[in-house]
Order: sequence, then structure tokens, then C-alpha cells
Amino acid sequence: MKDYAFYPGCSAESTGRGYGLSVQAVAGSLEIQLIELEDWNCCGSTPYGSLNELEAMVVAARNLALAEKTGLDLVTPCSSCYVTLKKANLHLQDHPRLMAMVNEALAVAGLEYHGKVSVRHIVEVLTDDITPGLITEKIKRRLEGLKVAPYYGCQLVRPQYGFDDAELPGSLDSLIECLGAEAVPYPVKARCCGGSLILSEEDLALGLINKLLKSAADNGAHCLATPCPLCQTNLDAYQGKVNSKFKTGYNLPVFFITQLIGLALGLDDKSLGLDTNIVSPRDVLTQLAGVKSGT
Amino acid sequence: MEPRIGVYICHCGSNIAGTVDCEDVARFAQGLEGVVIARDYKFMCSEPGQDLIKQDIRELGVNRVVVASCSPTMHEPTFRRACQEAGLNPYFFEMANIREHCSWVTEDRAKATQKAMALVSAAVRRVYYHQSLESREVDINPNTLVVGGGIAGIQAALKVADSGHRVYLVERSSSIGGHMAQLDKTFPTLDCSACILTPKMTLVGSHPYIELLTYSEIEEIAGYVGNFKVKIRKKARYVDWSKCTGCGRCQELCPTIVSNEFEVGLGKRKAIYKPFAQAVPNKVVIDAENCRHLKGLAEGKDVCRLCQRGIEKKGVPGCEVGAIDFTQQDEVVEVEVGAIIVTTGFHLFDPTPIHQYGYGRLDNVITSMEFERMVNSAGPTGGHVLLKDGTEPESVALIHCVGSRDEQYHKYCSRVCCMYSMKFAHLLKEHTSADVYEFYIDIRSFGKGYEEFYNRILEEGTVFFRGKPAEITDVAETPQEEGKLIVQFEDTLVGRQRRVPVDMVVLSCGLEPQPDSETVARLFNISRSADGFFLEKHPKLDPVATMTDGIFIAGCCQSPKDIPDTVAQASAAAAEALAMISRGKVEIEAATAVINEHLCTGCQVCMANCPYSAIAFDEEKGVCQVNEALCKGCGVCVGGCPGDAVSLNHYTNEQLLAQMEGALV
Repeated sequence: MKDYAFYPGCSAESTGRGYGLSVQAVAGSLEIQLIELEDWNCCGSTPYGSLNELEAMVVAARNLALAEKTGLDLVTPCSSCYVTLKKANLHLQDHPRLMAMVNEALAVAGLEYHGKVSVRHIVEVLTDDITPGLITEKIKRRLEGLKVAPYYGCQLVRPQYGFDDAELPGSLDSLIECLGAEAVPYPVKARCCGGSLILSEEDLALGLINKLLKSAADNGAHCLATPCPLCQTNLDAYQGKVNSKFKTGYNLPVFFITQLIGLALGLDDKSLGLDTNIVSPRDVLTQLAGVKSGT
Repeated sequence: MEPRIGVYICHCGSNIAGTVDCEDVARFAQGLEGVVIARDYKFMCSEPGQDLIKQDIRELGVNRVVVASCSPTMHEPTFRRACQEAGLNPYFFEMANIREHCSWVTEDRAKATQKAMALVSAAVRRVYYHQSLESREVDINPNTLVVGGGIAGIQAALKVADSGHRVYLVERSSSIGGHMAQLDKTFPTLDCSACILTPKMTLVGSHPYIELLTYSEIEEIAGYVGNFKVKIRKKARYVDWSKCTGCGRCQELCPTIVSNEFEVGLGKRKAIYKPFAQAVPNKVVIDAENCRHLKGLAEGKDVCRLCQRGIEKKGVPGCEVGAIDFTQQDEVVEVEVGAIIVTTGFHLFDPTPIHQYGYGRLDNVITSMEFERMVNSAGPTGGHVLLKDGTEPESVALIHCVGSRDEQYHKYCSRVCCMYSMKFAHLLKEHTSADVYEFYIDIRSFGKGYEEFYNRILEEGTVFFRGKPAEITDVAETPQEEGKLIVQFEDTLVGRQRRVPVDMVVLSCGLEPQPDSETVARLFNISRSADGFFLEKHPKLDPVATMTDGIFIAGCCQSPKDIPDTVAQASAAAAEALAMISRGKVEIEAATAVINEHLCTGCQVCMANCPYSAIAFDEEKGVCQVNEALCKGCGVCVGGCPGDAVSLNHYTNEQLLAQMEGALV
């Protein structure tokens, strides 16, 4: 059992509840212990940084300072938190003067950051940290016949932080293949889902979501799998709107990658939060059950 | 002989006098111990300036000279010569750099003057201890080694050989010709590359003064300027070249088909092969990695040998001159040369890591060299530009700066891609009816006739888009894009994102150093610049020499360049080598290390430290000795000697300590 400091981020407890649940459920089965960071706060997120970079940095740094006290790697399942925390961390490590300014602010809360934390994404932990073959070994139900479009989104792999290629990433593909499912060729795997533009520029974002769904459908995917709560919301919650706007008939469940892993590990639907998915995964699940009973 | 020192402070126009009070410095110098005369003058390097020194040597009996002016790199030889002409040993001269080290970098006049005084004081104290030294001359071996048989090596070899001096031309592959042999046409004149190259290749092959060593590599270089000893490994070819006539029968018989490097993977060759029809020398080699017989021998089996014995059942004979020799081994030959010209060329950037361009993943995304072979009438498609499905493209995109001018790959401009891309545009118009699009950042058409060529391409109707493509994708967004490759880019002249569907994309890849350039640099003891190309001695005034005397560089191993520049540089390197040869002797700097044999314990620490392999161990005496011809006077051995047995002429402890004390006064 390896310990990590866990930073769930706000989505895992709201729009991405299925993610929060499934990450914890899967971690237990894969010998990963995620210890939630006590009294964590907002990561600072993209909008804050656009308005006041220093303040956003302080907000992120508070989490880093808390994590540093645990002496563990800081793991988050949210791609947006990952980028924000990782970026703040790199800036602080590279610029001692910035670190001094940020520490002056942290001192008010009795905290200090020294730049020792390593910020990780849960996909990175699943790909790089756990014993190779462990997932395959623990699988109770191979997802034979299931065709999955691996959707990375932008923040997991860019700007380039190292654990996967920004233009042609492969970590999700290998996780999916591990489960016995098929990762379909998905050329738009790291393209934009529209992000928060869905709130301000809906038409533009719906167009982008349509491209992602179309490419998945064209390549024969039964569903998509993503490690990003915002991507999941856009593709899942807005699929109906895309269908009515573009006269399409997509019915593609959008799983969190941990939900798919959980299914293969034989975990029950409830603990994986499958009831929170908007496009119902029922058909896909029935099909899998059919494979299992040989019909 | 009591030192009588003359000190000369140069104004260098206003370069020094603008910030340094030269008269004041001269007055200061006049008061220093041993100084008999101190003067200041507008330009010490001028005739009258030098005459001042000569006059004082003759009339005032000055026997030590200090000039405070610019850098020694600039004028030390000038003033040493002046001393020598007045009958003084040139090593009794010392230079104080009060321009680069003082006036140019100090704004405050008082501080600058003070610093100039300190530098002059240091030089005066130092020159007090100078000793008379004699530089020596060694003979130069008149043979030249040229490494690399591309157009640069061919040109350099021919120029040297035409003067009646022997040249050893060493080439790694089995034929000379290099990249130029692979090209179709050459910009901007559109001469056929092979047509202008092959006559030169033939000349090399038959030249009485050129010894051609192809399929060979340099193994070791020893010696020094004028006297290099070179070991060359002639790789086993398994064919006796004294018998082989290049008839090609063996190639027809060989059953093993592999990818042809010369055709960059587009064509095939046999395991016994000649890389291309006009190869020089016109001989075949057996590729041991793929030959069935040689692989069989490793397992103790005697298989195939069709090239040697033919097909007996059908009455088809094998090699009729009996040239096939499976017992051949690598052979190491040793030659002695005076000069070496390195022309090892470039490597074409591999665009695979740029995933967004889809090379290797998307059909019909090809590199410039693949296009070059495809459009060549002697190439694998017979000069037809074809898509993977065998049809002709209706539209082609040419992407500039692939791997060049890119922070992630190479920051430099590869200099040839704009021009060859425009050549491609012309050839496409000539060979197909396709629409052609050039995607560029800036058009760099700097050479003679190049801008005119650019205008010609514009007039031919090629469309130029200014913007580096973000992506090449096969994911269609509109019906018009179905089945096409779509180039997504920001049109920076219009200021918006655009998508252009095409059938074929040619990536105009940049030029990078050869993958083994680091090893080669170490072999020849030459340096590389930050971009990995070999470093010239001076970027402007000594562009073909290297920091190692007697070794010259030319062509794309120095930096990316086109054929005219390569040929010019190769000729320049040949001229440098010939100048050395016709001088016959080379002067060796007297500032070399000497080992005191009474103090040396023979521990050989200095041998390990010496970067020029200039120290040898004398077994008989049990001491180390310095080869003065090889020694560059760097002083590493002096610092490293645990017994204080090594000293450096012209940089003795006495001299350096006096110089430091002088600076601190």
C-alpha cells in the first residue's frame, strides 16, 4: 500500500461526483492509499490567475504547504487542479523572490512552503507508480469487446510537464487496453472540449464538443473515457444539446477512466457513482454483462 | 643584462584615449622600476608607432618592450615582429590590454585611468622576468586527408589533387556522392544534380593523385599539424574490388531484398549492392547484416552463395570474374598526412517526434528527401509524384521550417529549405497538375538569383500562406475535407485560423549535425558550437580553420548551407591546406611546457591531464617528456604536477607572480 496526499478538488464533490467516488473505490483495490489533505482550499483555478496572478499563486501555495508537511506526493484527479498546482509549484521552485513573497502571505496562516512537493495526476500514478501488471492481475471482469475513445483533454498533457506526450498521448490508451477493452484510434484525443466557454460562448463550445463526439462515433467507439471533470461534464451533460443543434443522434456514455477501471475490477455501480452519469451507461453495461454470461 | 624597459601607451584614436588619460598613464609608467622610456602615441600599430619602438631599441638600448593597447589576439604578432626587426628577441615583448579589458568596459575616466595604470604596472613587472625563447619549425607532410565524400569532400579533394599533391579521400558508404547524389534538380538554375555531380565523381575515381578509400572509416588520429598519422578501417566488403567490374550480375542473382537507404526507404536493394547506378567506385559490396550466406556462416551453415555460384540447374553462372570473397576481413591501413579536411556533412531532421504533423502515421505525409527521390526520374517511381494509392495528387502542401527555427528542435535556420521547397513547387507544376501551397514563416531567398526564383514561383501560381501549421489531420469537418489531409494553420497575414485540405504534405525538414558528430569531433580534437555543428576558428575571418592547427572543415558539417556555399568553402579549405603544403614548414609556438627531469618522478599525472596528447613517458629514463610540436602551452600539466617538475615557457611562476604583484600595486 503506497500513501499519497490527496487533493480531490471541487469537482470531485460536485459535478464530477462519480469521479470522486470511483477514484477512492479504485485506489483501495490497487494498493493506493489516498489520504485527503486536511483543510485544503480552492486550487486557484484558471480564472483567478488571469485576474491576479500573485493571489492565485498564494491560494495554490497554501495547498502545497499543507502537502509538504505530510511528506507525501500530492495527487489530484482533476486535470485543471493538476495544471494549476503544478504550474504554481514550478514557478515557486524556479523563482526564489516569488517564493519569498508567497511565503510572506502564508506566514499569516502560520505556514511556509519550501518547494519540496511533487504534484501528480491520478493517471500518472496509475500509469507509472503501481506495479506493472497489477491492474490486469486484479481484474475480475475483462471489458472484452468494449470500444472506448480515450479522451485526454488539454490540461493533463499541456503545457508539457512530462509524463505524457502533448500531441499524441498514450497513457489512457494503455490503461484501457489493460482492462481488456479496445482503445479506438482517436485522432482528436487531446483537442479542446470548449472548457468553461460552454458558459459564455455556448455555440462555439457545442461545435467543439460535436467534433469530439463525431470522431469517437466515426471510429466506432461505444463510449468515451476521460480523466478530466470539466471535459466529462461538457461531453456528457451537453450531448443532448449537441444532438438537437447538429441533428445528430449520439448516445455515447462518457466514463471517468476510474469508473471503467472499477467496472473491470468488479466494483458495484453505486460505489463507482455510475448513477451520476447523464448519458446512461446502461446499454454499455448490459452489453458487458451479456459478454460475461456468454449471450 | 640589466632590463631596460620601454613602455608605449596607445590612444587607439579615441577608443582608449576617450576614457583613459593616456598621458597620465605614460607619466606613471615612467616612474616604474626598470623603465627607461614611456611614451603615448595615437596609433601604436601604425608604421610610425612601430618605428618609435624600433628607434628606442636601437638608440636607448631598450631590451624589454611593453605596449598597452588592444588584445594580444589583435596585435601581439605585429609588435613581436617590430621587436624582432630591431634585433630584439620577440619574447621580450609583453602586451597590456587597456582597450577590451579597460576603456571599452569602464565609463568613469578616473577609474579607467587607474585600471590602465594597474595593467601597465603588471606588464612591466612581468616583462622584467621574460626570457629569450626560440620558436621552431617543423616540416610539413605534403599529403592531405579528406574525410567525407559528399560534394564538399569531392571539391576539396579535386582542388588539392589538381595541384599535384596526394589526397586520401575517405568515405563511409561504398560510393562517394553524398546527399547531392540523391537530389533531383538544384535551385535556382534547375540543373540536374546528378548531371553536374557525376563528372566530378568520375574525376575523383580516376585522379592519379587521389586515393579513394570508400566503405572505410577513420579509426584513430595521432600526431600534429604537418605530421598526422591516421589509421583507417577499410570495412570488409566481401568482394575483391580489384576483380569486380560492377556488371551487376550478382545483384540480379541475390535473393535477399531489403530497403534501400539511398532511396530513403522508398525503393529496395539486394544484400549485395551498389547504392546507385552512377556509383564511384563502380563496385558492389555485401551487406553482412542481411546476406544469407554470411548470416548462415555465423551458425556454421553454408547457404545461398547464389552471387558466387549462380543457379547451376538453369545454367546461370555466378560472378564470372570470381570477385566474391566471403573470407574478407576488415583491414586497417595507416597513412601520413600534413593536413586534414573534415567534410562529414549533415543529417536530415527526422520529423517523427512532431506528432501533430503525423509523419509515419498519416499516409501521404512525406519528407523532403522522399519527395526528392520520388520526383527524380532515376528514382523508385520513375519521376512520378504519387500518393500511396498510386494516383497523382491534385493538391500538395509544402511545410517550411520543419525542425528548424523551432525552440523545441533546432533554433537555427537551415538555410536551404525555403529554396528547395520552392524548387519542389516548380517541379510539382512541371510533373503534375496539382495546386501547390507553401506554408512559410519567412521566405529566405538570399543567394544569387534566389529572389528572382521566388518571383518566378509566385508567377507560376503557387499559393504562399504565411503561418506555421499547427496540425496536419485526417479528421474532416466538412464534406470537402473528407478523404483529405487538412493543414490547420494561422494565416498571419489575414490574422485568422484556416484549414486547407490537400492530398499530399511534404515536410521541408531542416539539416542537423550527423548523429555521431560528437564522436567525430573528439576523434579530430575539434570543437562543436552549441547547435552541434563543428566550430570554425573565427566566424568571420577564419571560417574553415579549427582550433586544432592543420585540421580544416567545410560544407554542412560546419553549418547548414547550400551547394554553392559548400563548394566555395571546400575550395577555401583546399587553399588553406595547399598554403600550408607550399610553405613546407610550420612554426611551433615557443611557449611550451618543459619538464625538469631531475624533479620528475614519472608518475604520469601530466600525461593523463594533457588534452593534446603532447606528453610521452620515456621508459628508459623513467620520466615524462613534452613533445614541443604538439604542446599548445595550455599549462594544465603545470597545475597538475604533484612534484612541481613542469614549468611553462613564457608563463613561469616568477613571471606570473610578478604580474599579479604589479596589478595589485
